[in-house]
Order: sequence, then structure tokens, then C-alpha cells
Amino acid sequence: MTPNLHSHWFPIASSTDLVPRHVYQAQLLGREFAVWRADDGYVNVWENRCLHRGVRLSIGINDGRELKCQYHGWRYANRTAGCTYIPAHPADAPARTICNNTYPAREAHGLIWTGEHASGSLPDLGCFADGIVLRPIPLNAPAEMVSESLEGYDSDVFFLVQPCDSNRSIIRGLAKPSKRDRLDLLRYHNFALQELRDHIEGQAASQDTPEPLVPIISQVAAELVDLPVLHTIGRQADFTVTITNKETVAEDVVRLRLESLTSVLPTFQPGAHIDLHLQNGLVRQYSLTNGPGETDHYTIGVKREIESRGGSATIHDHLRVGDNLAISAPRNNFPLRRDAVRTIFIAGGIGVTPLISMAQALNVQGLDFAFHYFVQSETRAAFSQELHAFNEATTFHINLSPHATSEELTHILSDPNPTYHIYVCGPIPMLDATRKIAKKQGWDDEQVHFEYFKNTNKINTEGSFEIDLARSACTFTVSEGQSILEVLRSNGINMPSSCETGACGTCRCGVIAGEIDHQDVYLTDSEKAKGNTIMTCVSRSRSDRLILDI
Amino acid sequence: MQCTHSFLFDDWHVVADMELLTQQTPIATTLFESPVTVQCDDNGTVICECKGSALPTQTRYGFVWTSLGEPARDIVHIPEAYEDDRYVVSGGSFFVRTSGLRVVENFLDMGHFPFVHSGWLGDEPHTEVKPYEVTLTEENEILATECYFHQPVASPTATGGIEVEYTYRVYRPFTVALYKTNPVCDGRMDYIVLFIQPVSPETCVVHSLLCYVKEGMKRSDLRWFMQLIFSQDKPILENQIPRRLPLDPRAETPIRADKVAIVYRRWLRDHNVSYGAIPAQGDPR
Repeated sequence: MTPNLHSHWFPIASSTDLVPRHVYQAQLLGREFAVWRADDGYVNVWENRCLHRGVRLSIGINDGRELKCQYHGWRYANRTAGCTYIPAHPADAPARTICNNTYPAREAHGLIWTGEHASGSLPDLGCFADGIVLRPIPLNAPAEMVSESLEGYDSDVFFLVQPCDSNRSIIRGLAKPSKRDRLDLLRYHNFALQELRDHIEGQAASQDTPEPLVPIISQVAAELVDLPVLHTIGRQADFTVTITNKETVAEDVVRLRLESLTSVLPTFQPGAHIDLHLQNGLVRQYSLTNGPGETDHYTIGVKREIESRGGSATIHDHLRVGDNLAISAPRNNFPLRRDAVRTIFIAGGIGVTPLISMAQALNVQGLDFAFHYFVQSETRAAFSQELHAFNEATTFHINLSPHATSEELTHILSDPNPTYHIYVCGPIPMLDATRKIAKKQGWDDEQVHFEYFKNTNKINTEGSFEIDLARSACTFTVSEGQSILEVLRSNGINMPSSCETGACGTCRCGVIAGEIDHQDVYLTDSEKAKGNTIMTCVSRSRSDRLILDI
Repeated sequence: MQCTHSFLFDDWHVVADMELLTQQTPIATTLFESPVTVQCDDNGTVICECKGSALPTQTRYGFVWTSLGEPARDIVHIPEAYEDDRYVVSGGSFFVRTSGLRVVENFLDMGHFPFVHSGWLGDEPHTEVKPYEVTLTEENEILATECYFHQPVASPTATGGIEVEYTYRVYRPFTVALYKTNPVCDGRMDYIVLFIQPVSPETCVVHSLLCYVKEGMKRSDLRWFMQLIFSQDKPILENQIPRRLPLDPRAETPIRADKVAIVYRRWLRDHNVSYGAIPAQGDPR
């Protein structure tokens, strides 16, 4: 078999094989594919193998947005094939690089086409482009032999032979549209081709059977196998996106739809955020509000902040459809567990954004949740369309005073249950109140997950101290006015970061020894008390020296 | 592919369940791609043969054991099989179209319970695999301890969901056992061992021995439960690609929950076990 066949387009299925929520198994040149259509119509052609333990994905479940492996329930996103959830470790966000092997896919002339390295245009089918797709005929014979045997068949049919393996092929035919009754035509060719199949298989059986093709199974990325290493990315803008829609979804709230015109956007998980690099040089973080499987675009919701320092005001007043923006890849420092018997979402104002994405994920999976949305007025309630889709799971709490909010939260959290989890996001006073009330009512620290959009603590940058990097055997001094992150960066150590104000959790680093002066709002109280993790952008050392696990 | 590896070849392997063997019905089977016949003579003595030559033969735990080489050590000792308050029964022999090493790894895995054995050994959304310990013992066995999992119907005697504790033990490349909390008797552990007969690098017969505490248990339920559970595993095992277990660390994507599988693959590599495996790049084939 000549290797350049891998660069050709071959039909591997009829369009009608990809019925809703089905996963079709196909094979080309020895390699198996799991082929499935998402509810948005996108056709996915993936290697038929879960990256985890090699189980065929064609026995998995197509939920319309994601493909779920039968063995351990790993979920892979429509389009990108990136892993969005690993049930065995519900508290962790899977590494963005866990991504199945995908292959080019096209749908045309009633057929699904692929090729391991196929590119460019599909073969020109001329007058057969609108032909009637015949029933595919699989047969045990090499493709060359099949093609030869088809010469001289009815000239009103155009044939494409799919080489499944060295001794297995599928005849795919397109019949020229004619006045003849469609069913009659299909039946006629079905009988004729079955007769031909018997003849070809007889011929193939009289010859030596060629060895089956052995597809090369590519290795997974080294960083997925070894102990997790620190990312080598700083605060970078890896992707350029275009604003393809901007709409006002509530008073002072706009929703932006961002699309990449050149590449596939990386996989996101519910709770993830991106850095938006604005044209005025400012960098702002926004949670993705997409539901599962919505992988051809990102959506974000932006509220005009009254005291905007140029971020939200610029987005509201100056950005237009068609503008290009640089963004970071999504990061998930607010991962959603999906092993709770019930999940309680508590959103305040624009804090609804990460929770909308999470609740959609649970809703699609049929997991139980309640969504409480505290908002000043009905006109300020964003994403009401999505929230109404959750039916009775959604409760709006409109225009409550701080006191009434506390009372309502006390009621919502009145029944602490160890199998429930709470996710809260919103204005700082409400977040603080929720955490306090939950604690008072007996909820465990680990059950209450929160995300602050900003850190309003006054950051103390006084005093200097030394940092020892345990794995790199370096020592640096952090002087007054500098952050650990800045010192690491200036010494060439590339630490990822995003908000750089102690709210998002991206610049998290392990601490082996030393007393930490926590100044962030990302870590929980118990995580802070453990003293083995630091947010390097704002937190400092109380002791003369901190030993960092880098 | 000839098995030339002494660690496997010069060892005892199960080739038949005694319950299926009568004087009238000799059993024809395959071990390491070699034809083996098992028969019972008039005196009740069991004889194994390969192409006309007699093979070393023993019967133990209700199974017939043989070896194509010269066994360097005795059959695995299982004290649980001699305890009077346990039912000691065979759970059946399943032909599985995959490497026996894949079967061992599946047996060591808790993460699949909610998905493959849903409603029995696991149930969504209780999917978390908590950290557990893995050690290599002085006897060169792999031991995984402190493995906890929430199970709706952990055993035929279970009356509701419980948090079950497992201990896993890999004795030899094709011999693996588990101990799990008995839902009725406090502090007692039920025991299941798999004796996997390597038929070829990509096919095997899985023989199982169940040693379950008798109290509250029916002998027949025990076998029924094992067959139910294994029939759920079989289609998954037969859909793993490739069929041979890849020993290259970069062939598949392990997670923390797979700690014992990581150790098992490394242990196979260290012992140069390649039958049923795909050696890692750079390792001898």
C-alpha cells in the first residue's frame, strides 16, 4: 500500500449513517474511526480509541455535545476532541492537552469523507455530484481488485472504493439521477452489486490473503505521563479571535461571541476563564459561558463596571463586531465536580457567568442542581434564556437588601448535606456572606467552591525575603514593592499568570517550607491554613525564607 | 509467537475447571498457543498432554494445573481456600479475546465501576477514586491497599449502598486477587482470585475462584454474581485497542487512579514479560 494514499480523501460513511446520537465505526487503511455528528451538525472523525485505556469510542455515548467513553466516563468535546471531565478525579480540571486524535472531515454528496492527512478539495464528481447514494457494499477483497472488477459496470454509476484494510473494502456508489423510480434504482444496484461481490470475494479467496495493515498508534504527550510539570506559558495571548456578535443581554451587560477564523479554539471546561487583551493594553479575565460541546466559538458576558478603569467601558463602548482580539487559552481554576448528589449554584449579578456554563453541563448530563440568581432587578438579569431552560431548578431573587439576601442564603443553605456541593460567584460582600453562612450552618470548607472576580484586599508589599527554588536550586531575593511572580519572571522562570491580583488562581505554586503571608482571595481558609500553596502574584513571606516547589 | 520466557513458561497455569471434567469428556484447550488435552483416567487421575507428551499435572482449588516447562515454584498458596466458613467455588471460565494482562489490569481498576457495573459495583455520580497505597512486597508481589469505593450492591448479600474497602494483590503476571469488605460480617473480607490461562498473546481464558464468607450467602448466588459482573467487563475488554498491553509509558494516558496499573506495567517491564504485551520503545522484543 503506497503511503501517499493517506493524503487522499476517501468516503468512509454515508451521511445517513450518522443518525442523531449515534457513533458510527469506520475504517480506512487499517485505522479505525469513531464518526459522530453533534447536535449542532458538526461531523467528528476521531481515532476509535480512548486515550486513557484504548477502548473503542464507537461503543461510547454521543450525548449530542460530547462523546463519553464507556469504560471510565471520560468526556471529549465536540469538534476539538479535548477531554473535559475525568470522573475518577472530580475535583481536578483535566489537562487541556488531553486530546484525542482527530482527522479531517468533510460532508458532501451524501457521503462523509476523511483521510489521515487529507487536505485540499474533494475529488470532482462532475455530473454525479447530486447522485443517489447507493447502499454501501462491504466485501473481503483488496481495494485494487475491487476497482478493477467495477470497470465495465453501468456507466450511470460512479464508484468510490474505500480501502478499509488490505483485504477489506467497501463499494460506495453514486447513481446519476434519472427518471427511474428511486427505490427501484436502489434495489436494482443492490442486487447487481451483491452478485458482483460474490464474484470478487471468490476471486480474492483464491489468492493469498495480504497481511492486515498495522496503523501506527501515536504516543501521548510526555507531560501527560510524567508528574505534572509547571506550564511554560506566562501571561500570553495565544489566539486571535474575531467578535462575530455583540448583544445587550441585560441592562449594562453585553455578550460577546468570539470565533477563530483560522484555527480550532482549544477545549474549555465549565468554570474556565480566558484573558482578553484589549487594544488599549489592558488585560481582563472573563469566564466562558458556553454550554458543553459549543466548541466553534467562545461567549463571554461583560458588565459595565461603574468604576471601570478602561476594561469593561472599552468593551461596551468601543468594541464592535468584526474587531479582532488577542486571547489566552482557557484556564480552569474553578473546576466543577460532577459527583455531587445535588449541586447548589449561587450567583450574584454578573457572577452568573461561570455558573451558567457549569449548570448547562450538569443539565445536559441530567444531574441534579438548583440555581439561585440574586440580581438587582429583572432588567439586570442576564442569560435569562439559559436560566429558564433549567425550568424549576432556577430561582430568581430580585432586589433583596443585604439583610434579606442573608436570610435567603440562610434558608438555601439550611440543610447541610455531605453529598452536596455549593458553587458561588458574585459581588464580594455576597461571596463573603455566603461562605460565612455556609460555615455557620455546618457545611464543610471543601463543599463550598467560590470564585472572586477581583481581590479588593489592600496588598501589602512591604518587607523583603528570600525564595529558594527547591527543584531548580536557585535563590532569589524579593525586595519591597516586588512580587514573587515578578522576581521569578525577571530571572527567566516562566510562571503562568492571569489576573495578577490574587483572584484567579493561575499563578499557584507549591510551598515546601516557610510561613506564608496569604493576601489572595482564591484559596480557601483551610488551604491557607495548610500553608503548602501560595499565589505568587500577591502573597509574600512572613519568614525570612520561603522554599518553593519549582 | 512462541513463549520463551521462563518466568511465565516454567510456571503452573490453570487449563481446566475440574467441574467440567469427567471420564467421558476429555477437554481440549490451548496454552501459549500449544494444544493441551486434559483427561481423567479410570482411577480418577488427571493427565495433561501436549502433542502426545505428558505434562506435569496437579489439581488444586478445583482446577487442573499444568506447565509446558519445568515449574520453578509451586502453585500460588491461597489460605482462604482452606477456611471452613467460606464457600470455595469456581466462578466459571470465560474465553476473552484480549491479552490476559489487559484482564489483570481491568481487575485492578476501580474507576470503571460506576460506568461498566452501574447499579452494582458503582453508580454515578459517585465516581471518585480516592488516593490509595501501592507497595511491592518482599515476595515480589504488588499490593494495593486502602482502596475505598462507594458501591450500591457490593455483593449478593448486600442490602444497600456501602463504602467498600478493597485490597488488590498481583501474585504473578497472570494471577491476581482481591479482598473486599463483606457487607454482613464485620471485619471479614471476601476473596476472589483470577487464574488467567494465556491461550495466545491476544486471547485468554479467565478462570476464577471465589472464597466468600458463608454467612447469609447462597452458593448459587455467588457464581451468578461473578458471571453477571464478568459479563459486563467482557465487551469492554474485547474493545480495547491494541489487544496487547502496551508497556510504553506514553502509549496510553494514566491518571492518579491508575497508580496500581502503572506499577503493574513497570513490574512486567522489569521482569521482561512480553507475552501479551507490546514492549516499550527501546526494550528488547
